[in-house]
Parts: sequence; structure tokens; C-alpha cells
Amino acid sequence: MLSTSDLRKGTKLMIDGEPHVIVQFDFTKPGKGQALYKCKLRNMISGSLFDRTYRSGETFEPATLQECDMQFLYRDESGYVFMDQKSYEQVTLPEEALGEQKYFLVDNMEVKILMFGERGIGITLPNFVNLRVTQSEPWVKGDTAAGNNKPATVASGYTLQVPSFVEEGTLIQIDTRTGEYVTRVKE
Amino acid sequence: MEGNWALTCKRPRLEQRSRIVQTIRSFFVQRHYLEVETPHRTPGNAPEAYIDPIGSDGWFLHTSPELCMKRLLAAGYRRLFQICRCWRAGERGARHLPEFAMLEWYAAECDYHHLMTECEELLRLLVPSGRLAYGNRNIDLSRPFERLTVAEAFRRHAQLDLAEALVAGHFDEQLTLHVEPHLGQLQPTFLTEYPTELAALARSHPTRPGVAERFELYVAGMELANAFSELTDVREQRRRFDIEETLRREAGKPPYPVPEKFLAELSAMPEAAGIALGLDRLVMLLTDAESIDQVVAFPPELL
Repeated sequence: MLSTSDLRKGTKLMIDGEPHVIVQFDFTKPGKGQALYKCKLRNMISGSLFDRTYRSGETFEPATLQECDMQFLYRDESGYVFMDQKSYEQVTLPEEALGEQKYFLVDNMEVKILMFGERGIGITLPNFVNLRVTQSEPWVKGDTAAGNNKPATVASGYTLQVPSFVEEGTLIQIDTRTGEYVTRVKE
Repeated sequence: MEGNWALTCKRPRLEQRSRIVQTIRSFFVQRHYLEVETPHRTPGNAPEAYIDPIGSDGWFLHTSPELCMKRLLAAGYRRLFQICRCWRAGERGARHLPEFAMLEWYAAECDYHHLMTECEELLRLLVPSGRLAYGNRNIDLSRPFERLTVAEAFRRHAQLDLAEALVAGHFDEQLTLHVEPHLGQLQPTFLTEYPTELAALARSHPTRPGVAERFELYVAGMELANAFSELTDVREQRRRFDIEETLRREAGKPPYPVPEKFLAELSAMPEAAGIALGLDRLVMLLTDAESIDQVVAFPPELL
């Protein structure tokens, strides 16, 4: 069983027999009072979102989902298609099951597919992915202040903040858990 | 790999933080407060049912320096302040870090009204324009801050009145979910006159039974500081510690030794008022930061 101290963004719980994932989480507590754990949960099967507030002392059944190592093949109208490299079985995930993760999928990327019975309902990505910047305003000379940033769009269409010295065509590393820039990649 | 860019980006706020701390120090030094340092690792804290310590080699990291600060008061130090790190297990959120920075100050021969005035003066010194821009709010610091009793705040904003919420055990839930979001939005709010059972170290109100001289300062819906007219009645203090420690032990929490040295010296403590202010949260307000992570260099997850 899980306790409230295990709750965080990404924690998976069984509620009424169905797996749910915490998509937003906040801990609140009056200085001298009892803690409250405010969660936005997504039902991993239906996709529906709802809010729940838990109190200290409550316990939860973890959603232990079978994970399969698979490779990303391609995207078509039905969704995102993955293949088990050993059995050659294929699984298709709808776009809603991926959310922002779709921007971090690269052809042939090895991922873990979360299975509920025969159904793929979620995906675990490698923690870091390298993507090329396709669009960003040029660096303004003289703009040398530390921590200056600007928006950039990468090949998958995802837009994020990068340091001002990152130019179009640069390969950058992104943390798939936060969607944030980490570093430039040497080529 | 290049340097840690996310950390580089924090530079403007960390520079502001440094200036804020310097301004706070000058505020207290000018008022003849003595800056002190007390041990971070102690045999036990003042027992509180809902504040959990982090153990340290048989002792505990302090959750607040209050016991040592009051022992100094009892020894004749009349004006004291401390800026220190405190630890509270399991507290992590957009406004919580398990290791955080606290500003505490204590004044002998004063009550909590004195501290309200000092809060107003300190914030006005930190925001000379008198207008604090935080998110989409524009908070007026120039007029005296709002004073609102807990009972009145519950009448206005909660789903239950105060007495019902206390009986049903829903005080904290109502406060957090329904009351706090409304406080300190146009100007800072002092939430005052807490029920005695929610103020383990506060003096009871002289004329209003069941109410303690405790206030919390809220700005932009955020709890910023907690203050008391300090309890100096040794027997009453021992009784309240017993109640809190019993609650802690019933909940399976690590037992604290009774703070006998503190209790023995408490009888020598003058009438006094004391306040604890969350320094990271103050920096959040003054640098327009949504998350506490933005105002510290290293949240624990990045270590």
C-alpha cells in the first residue's frame, strides 16, 4: 500500500479497480495544522480528469501495471504504433494516452508501454531525448547576461525555453519528465 | 556538458534574495535586535501534533528555533532575531521545502500587536513603493493591514462556522481549501484570535475565553508568518505540551524528551511576543515567484 507521502506527479493508483495517474499534485498545510494532498487524476482507461484531495493517514493501492519494452515504429491515423522487438507484436496508443510525451518520441526509440490486460494505456520514455532546433530567433549580440532565454521550436513541433546562445540547427537534450532544456549535444 | 542552465536562470532571483536578507538584517539591527544563532540539532522540539522532525543521530534537526530563543529571552535578552534553516519531514509542495529558511524574532515586554506593527513596517521597507505586484495582483501595503478574526473569516468564507468546523475536525481542511485563498489579496491580512487548542505556545486572550493571542499573516493567499503573545505560565505550558506529545505518540511518531530545561527557565521569561516568518515565501512574494523552487538554488530533487 502507498501512503500520502508517496503521492506525487506521475504516481499511479488503483481507484475503483481502474488505474489512475496523478497529473497535477500539490501539498498544502497550514503551518501548525494537518496536511492536505491535492491531486488532479487521470483515469488511464477512459482518460477522464478529476480532482481529489487526500488527508494524512489515507492509504492507496498502487496500480501495478505490466510494462513491455517496445520500439516506436510510426504514427498513423489510428495513433502511435509500437512493436515488441521479441514477439513482433504491435500495440497502438491513441494520442490522448500520450499527452505531451508525443513530442519526445523519436523513430525507433525504445520505450516502456504500460499494459492493462491486452491494452496499451500509457508510456514511459527514456529520461532524456535529443531533438534538433528547427526555429528560433537569432542571438542578439551583446546580450550576454547570464540566464537570458528565448523560445525555440524543435523538430517534433514542441516549443520550449532555451538559452539565448542556442541557434537553429543545434541538437539539444530535453528532460522528458519536465519538458525542459538540459544542454546542447556535441556532434 | 555546459553549465547547469536552469540554475544559471535563477540568478536574478538569488541576487534579489541576497538583498532582501541584507535589508531584513538592517531592519532588526537598527531596532536594537540582537542576531543570534542557536543549534540546529537538538534533543527535541516543542511537541506539535502535525509538525514532524527529521532525526539526526539520536537527536532531531530543529523544526523551529523557538525553545532556544525563549531560553535566551528568559536569560534577559530582550530583543532577538535569527535567520536559520529549519527541517520538517514530508513537507514538499509549491510553497513547502523539507529544509527551508526561517526568520524568527522575539520582543520582551510586548504582545502580538507590537509584532503586527513590525510586520507592516518590515514589508514597507522591503517594498518602498507600497504596492506589491504578485501574479495578477496589486497588493496595497501602504495602509494598515487588514485584521480579521478566525471566527469572522470562517463566517465569510468557510462552509461551516468555526465551532462546527472544530467539532467535526474539519478546521484545517476548511481553512486551507476555503478560507486561505481569499486572504491577503487586496492588502495583507492578519488572521487573529485562534482557538486556544490551536495555539500550543500562545497566551490565552485576557478577556475572550477560548481564544489565544495568536495571529497568522497572509499575503496573496499565502501563509507567511505565525505569531504569539508567548505563554509564560509554566503549568499551563507543561499541560499543553503533554496534550501535543500524547497526540504525537498515539500517531506513532518518535517521542521527544520533555523539554525540562526550557520549562524550568520559562518562569523567568518576561511577557514577550514572538514570530516565525517563512523567508523563502517572503522572497517568492517579493520576486513574483509562483513556486518556492524558483527562490532557492537547490530544491532537494536537484541534489
